[in-house]
This record gives sequence, structure tokens and C-alpha cells, in this order.
Amino acid sequence: MQQFEEQDYSRQFDAKLWRKLLRYCKPYKKTFAILMSAGLILAVSDAAFPLFTGYAIDTFVVDADLSNLLVFGILYGVLILINSICVTVFIKQAGKLETFISHDVRAHGFEKLMKLSFSYFDRTPVGWIMARMTSDTYKIGDIIAWSCLDITWSLTIIVFSFGFMLITDVRLTVLILLVVPFMVLASIYFQRKILRAHRESRKFNSKITGAYNEGIGGAKTTKTLIREAQNFREFKVLSKGMEKAGVRAGTITALYFPVILSLTSIGIAIALGEGGRSVINNMISLGTLSIFISYAGLLSEPISNIARILSEMKSAQAAAERTIALIETDLEIVDSKEIVKQYGDFMEPKSDYWEKIQGNIAFQNVSFQYKNGEKVLEDFNLEVQAGEKIALVGETGSGKSTIINLLCRFYEPTKGQICIDGRDYRERSQIWLQSNLGYVLQSPHLFSGTIKENIRYGKLDATDEEIEEAAKTVDAYAFISKMEKGFDSEVGESGSKLSTGEKQLISFARAIIAKPSIFVLDEATSSIDTQSEQAIQRAIFKILEGRTSFIVAHRLSTIRHCDRILVIDQGRMIESGSHQVLLQKKGHYYNLYMNQFRDEAVATHLLQKN
Amino acid sequence: MLFFTAVAAWVYMIIPMITRIVVDNIINDIPFAGGFLIATIVALFGGIETLQSHIWLAGLMLVFVTTLQAFFVFVRQRFAALASERIVKRLKDELYDHIQKLPYDYHVKAQTGDLIQRCTSDVETIRIFYHSQLIEIVRAVFMVIFALGAMVSVNIRMTFVSILFLPFVFLFSFVFFRYVKKTFQSQAEKEGEMTTVLQESLSGIRVTRAFGRGRFEMERFIEKNDAYRDVSFRLIHYLGYYWSLSDFLRFTQTAIVLVYGIMQTYQGVITVGELILFNAYVQMMVWPVSQLGRVLTDTGKAQVASNRVYEVLETAAESDNENAVDYDLKGDIVFDDVSFAYEKDKKILDGLSFTVKKGETIAILGATGAGKSTLMHILLRLYDYQTGSITINGKELNLIRKDCLRSKIGMVLQEPFLYSKTIENNLRMAKESVEQDEMIKATNIAAIHDVIEDFEKGYDTLVGEKGVTLSGGQKQRVAIARTLIKNSEILIFDDSLSAVDTETDAEIRAALEKRNKDVTTFIISQRITTLMDADRIFVIDGGILADSGTHQELLGRDGLYSRIWQIQAMLEQDIKMKQSE
Repeated sequence: MQQFEEQDYSRQFDAKLWRKLLRYCKPYKKTFAILMSAGLILAVSDAAFPLFTGYAIDTFVVDADLSNLLVFGILYGVLILINSICVTVFIKQAGKLETFISHDVRAHGFEKLMKLSFSYFDRTPVGWIMARMTSDTYKIGDIIAWSCLDITWSLTIIVFSFGFMLITDVRLTVLILLVVPFMVLASIYFQRKILRAHRESRKFNSKITGAYNEGIGGAKTTKTLIREAQNFREFKVLSKGMEKAGVRAGTITALYFPVILSLTSIGIAIALGEGGRSVINNMISLGTLSIFISYAGLLSEPISNIARILSEMKSAQAAAERTIALIETDLEIVDSKEIVKQYGDFMEPKSDYWEKIQGNIAFQNVSFQYKNGEKVLEDFNLEVQAGEKIALVGETGSGKSTIINLLCRFYEPTKGQICIDGRDYRERSQIWLQSNLGYVLQSPHLFSGTIKENIRYGKLDATDEEIEEAAKTVDAYAFISKMEKGFDSEVGESGSKLSTGEKQLISFARAIIAKPSIFVLDEATSSIDTQSEQAIQRAIFKILEGRTSFIVAHRLSTIRHCDRILVIDQGRMIESGSHQVLLQKKGHYYNLYMNQFRDEAVATHLLQKN
Repeated sequence: MLFFTAVAAWVYMIIPMITRIVVDNIINDIPFAGGFLIATIVALFGGIETLQSHIWLAGLMLVFVTTLQAFFVFVRQRFAALASERIVKRLKDELYDHIQKLPYDYHVKAQTGDLIQRCTSDVETIRIFYHSQLIEIVRAVFMVIFALGAMVSVNIRMTFVSILFLPFVFLFSFVFFRYVKKTFQSQAEKEGEMTTVLQESLSGIRVTRAFGRGRFEMERFIEKNDAYRDVSFRLIHYLGYYWSLSDFLRFTQTAIVLVYGIMQTYQGVITVGELILFNAYVQMMVWPVSQLGRVLTDTGKAQVASNRVYEVLETAAESDNENAVDYDLKGDIVFDDVSFAYEKDKKILDGLSFTVKKGETIAILGATGAGKSTLMHILLRLYDYQTGSITINGKELNLIRKDCLRSKIGMVLQEPFLYSKTIENNLRMAKESVEQDEMIKATNIAAIHDVIEDFEKGYDTLVGEKGVTLSGGQKQRVAIARTLIKNSEILIFDDSLSAVDTETDAEIRAALEKRNKDVTTFIISQRITTLMDADRIFVIDGGILADSGTHQELLGRDGLYSRIWQIQAMLEQDIKMKQSE
């Protein structure tokens, strides 16, 4: 649930980070240039409107000289036109930057995700990655594009209007300027407060989302525990907190605008009072007065704009920091440049150069430990002939899965080497090995789409016949053809429309369609029901035929079907041999067997009695 | 709120009048005449003569009026925040409460994602409606009315010219947002598609890597990522045209007023101050009116959101029979001809009859979908039986209050849910006030105490993503302990031991046996060793009680029990080994 939670940030400006982000801006130099020019021209034209009004008042009204009215009208029209064009241009360019940059960061991030090793996903929750790849990338695009524009526009308008005022009347300008520090202070103060208040309410919001998530997901359990009232009480604490935080955020936001409004009015009042006197004393014209009034009114927007961007930068920086961290995560398993050149990588596999795998595998003095120093496997040796079926047996955490992960090169040995057909597998690319693997997970994972698409995942260019053939091999054909749309039936999100047994069978079909030389199976611990179990067993037996296979086994029947059983305990192989041999040894396997499979033995025994 | 919106708009109208007074009455010496409010304010500041000699007072007047208006704006916004947050809090509470009370069946079928969306983003849409959209609409209307009033009192023809473009400004934005609604929707859809691919690629990362399908996934993602970028860009593109056109209309309106006003001033029909006044009013009106078009289209969203929310709230919640009472459940359980169907004509239970003595342990065997779980759900009245009768201790089940029933029957679900709290808090969910030693007794029986103690933080270990991830078996054992804490009179284990290894399973059952002599216990399982120790075994097949009896009795007959027994036995052909020992 915590994946919803907001993260804290309160750090200094990180120039290095922003420089890294700049990389993503490089392809859009031209867009930036156009955007900034549009922002500049727009600001100038915005600042020019009061000048037009001022001129009109002086010339047409005060001096009552209409001779230039037509020219004036035309020029005014041109100004409007320029203004409108600038608006289209800047929105389009800023929009382009926003969408394209966040798109690029996402694409980059996704490519990285496809390369990252298993251990990364072992320790990083999916929800966390999702947040980096969605809301954080949006935020990055947003801040780069729009802050760039806003700052250009705001600075230009400030420079332009002050420049004009200074030229016209230094004293009046200085007087009006007196308001600015207060405006700046108020803006910075409020923007910071507003951001904090909104974050506070977002925090509550994520908690509430989490609470709904639990309330809905746990509703059935709640009923059996009659926890409704207590849960509701706990929820109301949250929703009350949310209400308060919301009102607080609403109030502080509601306060900001009026304060700025009042401060602005002081500026205008100064212009009005002092300027009015100057008009009476004939020091400035009426038109100039109107220009001053307009400019004084115009001040607040650029100032609050800049204050807003400064505070938004902070949250954007936090977003960028997390996303860049994801993109810059060190890869733990890398193919050298020469190898990629020869065998290709996952983006461009050069399958023409791939040697066919026979299936002879050797673990030579292999040790493996996690980054934190936790040793999982020590000095492990194993020779497997092509076509041999190996069962791995042992308790949870004994290192069985690590052996599998090492074999698939999801992990690499920290010491020793693993050879496939006599060569260290690091001499070939990851994609070479993984394209030759058949792999079935403990809990089958299907992608949304049709059954056909899911099986084809194992071999992208498979024909329909091949797909049906694969389904037949694993006894899935019968149930698939019974479905309304047969192979074109949708499996639902992560296969939700199918039963566990059916998902299992389809994942088998997917694993064998490419006729892999090496097959790896992580058998499910808990059984589904006896009948499906038998179908799965039959499928397993067929799949294993003639393939070098590694199986993390839990079923007795599977284990017995294997050529060799390895008993793994605390990262070491303590026994190995066939089922019969190991039983006769009366060692660990025998004990394990007696414990774990006693039920079945007792059952048989009792049956004999009857 | 309405009141403050109106007042704020009214006071807002005064501000340009001050400029006008300065220009006309103070600088140009035209005699003052104005409406009630402005006249009062002028009088407050000593009248025109005083203002003329102390022109800075006019500035002060401006600050005063603006601050007054600012104050009303603040009050309005604060009210809006208060009201909208309160409305939304109530709505959220109602939703949470109601969802919990919705029938079990609803939750079996519920699409969690959609439901959460209704509770969060739809409610947020409603909040925005109350917090800003409503005000914006009201404000725009007031502004137009007041500004029109003020302008008409000055010059009717100028007023007409001033609002010449207003209808177009409004219509344009209204039509535009209608038109791009589809693009907005398609942007949301494309975003959804992109995040779905992302989500799927991440949760299936192991498969992707094992098959070396990085490129395939990359291409899939790129396609969706591009599509999302393109539709977003297209939308912004449209918005660019919108803003520039609406700016064009706004400025043109201003220009027309300016030029026409100049000519009017030239002819002496209006004063310079009045020209400035009209100019200001036009600017003040045009913006809210152009916003109005957008806001009105947005209210459609609020309408849709509120429909979606009320759809949930209007779904009937669980309820009790009027005459239902609390009742003592210590007694026999009798099923008499009980039938049940989820859908019409598809009977899951078909005329079930049996009696279970108080304190008996009943094991239930049956194929998937045979109706075992349904049977237990009915006993807890998570579903209501449709025909026949069920009595506990002689009382018809329908006439016992549900909360009483559920508090006295402990049921461990097939897929128990642990909350993201500490283990201790999860355990205490069953009974907040449970003593420490009683809790540990329960965890010992469930064979999970030692496991918990092994965690770094023991009972304070957080369950869930940031805490420790428990294995399936450990979760089930925590859930069993949690149920045991309730001290129920009837216990139900709905295949709760399947993820626990056989040895621990036997331990748990032995410990249960010792503790619960009087507790009637139901155990659903497919594991023969779990079943065989029960006092009686029920074989459910096709919704009927196909067979019942002790282990020995059932083995003696040809039936599902003995067949399953044989299948499991056949897997074990090491009989020779056994015999050779």
C-alpha cells in the first residue's frame, strides 16, 4: 500500500542533476529557441498595449486630434495579431517540449528497465517504478517546458515595463518599486506554504487511496472478523485529517491572491495619487498616467509566476532525482562490447551467428553472494550431460532458486564459472542464452491478449499450426478449443479469465514452442486440484523429454521422473543421485522424503491394509 | 457563499470607478455623480473637494476598496474550501462505510481498480466542481450583471459596443471545449494503455527476461508511449489555437471599445474617465466569460463522476431480518434440504441435509466448484440460502443477527487478507483487547510464533510492501492465529492449510484438537492426511452430500473419497522400498 505514499523532499538546488536533464533538451534546441522568442515577443506586445492606450488618450482625447486614428487602429490590430500568433506558437512549442521530453525520459527509462538485472526487481516494488515512469516523467516535462516560457515572459515584462517607467519618471517609478520587495516576499512565502499545504493534503490523499485499496481488497476478511465499525472509525480519522489538510491548503491559497491584490493596489494607488498630482501640475500627461497605472497593475503576475516556479522546481527536482536514479542504476550483468558486436543484444539480436546449444552444462567452483555480502551458494560444482534431467530439492532459502537464476544468467557467479557446451557463458551474449531457454515460473504470468498471442510470446514468428502443435503437446488443446473463441480468446489482465491450471498449461506451451535446448521449471508449491495436477504432470513429462532440464521440484512424481536429484542445503549440494540410490543412502533425502512425503506413504500403507 | 461571491463582484466594480473619479472629477474638474456605494465611499474619504486637495487620499481609497474586495474574495474562497472539503469528506465516509457493508458477492465480483477510481478520482472531480467550477459560474454571471448595470448607467450605446463580442467569446470557448472533449478522452485512454503496458511488462519482467523478449516489450511500449505523446501534443496544439483565438477575440473587443470610445469622447458624449472605466469593465468581463465556456463543459465531467459515485452508493447493502436476534450458538447445526444458486437454474447446492453435533470435527472433500466453500459461506450468511432451513442450536439462521453470527463463528478464508499494519495489529483485528499471552497462545497453536519471533522486529514487523513479505503459508498461519483469537464457538478452515507443509498442518490440527474440545470445526481440504483425522468426512459432489462417514467407512465404499485416495497413492510407487525395510 505504501507505494501510494508521497515522498518527502527538502533539498538544495542540485545543479548536477539539472545538467543531466539538459541532455534530454538537446534534441529540441530549435524548439527552445522558438519558444523563448515567442515568450519574449509576447511579453513585449503585452507590455505595449498600455502604451497604445496611453498614446490614444493623449493624442485623440486630450489633444483632440483624430488624424492618426486609422493608423492607430491598424497598428493596434497588428499588435493583436502578433500577440495571437505568439500565443499559438508558444503553447505549441511548450507543449511539444513537455510531451516530447517526458516521452523521451520514459522511453529511456523503459529501455533501462529491460536491461536491469533480476536483483533490481527483487528489491524494488513495481509501484515505485510505476510512479517514476508516469507522474515523475510528466512533472519533468512540465517544469522544463513551462518554467522556461514563464521565466522568459516574466523577466521580459518586468524589464520592459520598468525600463519604460524609468525613462518616463524616475521618482514615480522608484515609489512604485517600493511595493515590489513586499510582493516578492509575500509570493515566496505563500508559494512555499501553498506547496507544503498541498503536499500535506496529497499525503493524506495517498493514505486514503491506500485505505480504500485495503478496505476493498480486504472486505471479505473484514466481514468474517466483523471489523466494519472499527475500520470505519480508523478511516474517519484519515478523512477528517484530509478535510482539515484540504481546508488548510484551500485557505492558504485563498489568502495568497487577496494579499497580492492588496499589495498591487498599493502600487496602483501610488501611481494614481502621485501620478495624478503630476498630471495636475502638468509634469506628465494623462496618457502617461494611464500607462503607469496599467504597469503597476501588471507587476504582480510575473513576480508570483517566478515565485511559483521556484517552489515547483523543488518538487520537480525530487521527481527528476528519482527518475535519473532509476535510469542511472548500475547494470549488474553486462555483455562486453565485443560480445555485443558478435552476438547482438536484446534490441538487435544477431541470431545468425548463434551457435546451437547442445545442452552440456558445467558449474565450476561457483560461488554467489548478494551485494550485501549474504552468501547464498559456495563452491558449487556440477556436470550435466545434454538431455539430463536434474531435480533440485531442499528447503526454502537453501539456494535452489539461486542455482536456477545463475543458470539462466539472471545472476552471475561472484566466483567460478558456468560453462555451456564447454565455454564460459559470459563469452556469449545474454540474449543468446535466454533465447534458447524454456522457462516456467512457479506462478504462471500471462500477458493480457489472446491465448494465441501468449503462446506466440515464446516464438514471435510461430505459425498458427505451430501454436496448436505446442498446445497439443501440453494437453492444453482440448480446453482451449472448448472456449468460445478458441485460441483467440482473451485471457484477461495477467490471465485472470483462466484458472490457475489453465494458465500453467499455457505457460508450458509458451515455453516449448521455440523448442529450447534447456528447460527450467520452478514447480508450484501448492497443488491446485488433483485432476488439473495430473494434466500438468503429464505435460511436464512430455516437455522434459530429450532436454537438459533443471527443476525446482516439490512433487514426488516429478522428482522421481528426473535422472538426478540434487539435495541443496545452505548453499551446498549435500547429496546427489537417482531417487532409488538416494533413498538407499538413508541420508538427507531419505529424511526429507520421509517427512515431506510421509503422508503419501502412510496412505499407501493404509490402502494395502484394506 | 453565493452572497460573498456577489459582494466580491460588486466591490470589484468599484475599483475602476476610482480611477475614473481621479481622472474626471479630480483632475478634469467635472462635477461628481455616482451610485450609492461609490458615493458613500467618496463621502467617507471627505468628499470630492477634500480628495481634490489631497489627491493621495484617492490612492488610499483605492487601497481601501481593493482590500475590501480582497477580503471578500478570501472569505468566498475559504467558504468554498470549507464547504467542498466537508461535502467530499462526507461522501468519502459514506463510500467507505457503504462499500464495507456491500454483500460478499459484490466483493467477489468487484473490479478493485474501478471501484478505487470511483472513490478517489471521481470524488476529486466532484470536489473541484464544488470548490471552483460552481463559484466560477456564479462569479461570471454576477460580473456580467453588475458590469452591465454600471455601464448602462453611464452610456447605453457604449455598453452595447462593449459587449458586442461577448457572446462570441462565450460561444467560441463553449463549442471548442465540446469539440475537443473527445481528444481529452482519447488522451486519457492512451495514457491508460501506456500505463497498462508498463504495469504488465514490470509484473511479467521475469518472463520477459527469460524469453529474451526485451525488444518485443520495448517495441510494444514505444508504440503506446508514442501514441500517448502524439495525442497529448495534438491536444495542446488545439489548446494553442483556442487560446490564441480567444485572446484575439478579447483584444479585438478591447480595441473596438477603445476606438469607439475615443470617438465618443471626441464628440463629448462620454468623458475620459468614462472611457477608462469602460475599458476596465470590458477587460474584467471578457476573461470570466471566456472561462465560462470551459467550465460549463467541465461540469459535464462532474455529472458523470457523480453518477458513478452514486451507482456505488445505491447498490443495496447487507441487511438483517427485522426479527433477527443475538443468539447462543452452542449447539447442533442442522441443514434441512438447503439449496443455493448464484445464478438462476445453476444450483450450486441442491437439497443438502445433514446434522453436525456440537464439538464435532467435520472434514469436507470435493472437487473445485463442488460447493464446499459456498456451504461454509452460507453458514456465515455471506450468502443467503434460498430454500430449505438451517438451524444452529435450534434457531433458524435467518433469524440470527449477522454480526452475532460472524462474531461467534471463526472462519479462515481461502485467501486471507493481511492488512498493511504490524503483525500484532493484524492479530488484534479479531479482538482489540486480547491479552498478550492469549495472543501468543494463538500464534503457537497456528505454529507461527517462532517465525514471528525470528523477524527482526518480532510482532512489530510491518506486513506488506515496505515491511516483510510473508510466504503464502505464513500468511495463512497468521490468519489462523487471528481467527483463533476470536474464541469462536464454530471454526471454519476454508482450505486454509493447503499452503502449509503437511507436518505443520498436522501440528496445527493436533494443537487445535487439544484446545477446542467443544468447538464445532469444519475443515475443507484436498489433502487426504488432513481429512482422515476428522470425526466425520463429508464428500460434496455436484451440490449434494454424496457421502459421509469416518475415514475407514469411506475407504470401504467405492466413491470419490476412495478414488482420490487411490490417485494420491498411485503417485507413490515406492511401496517396494517400504516393504524392503
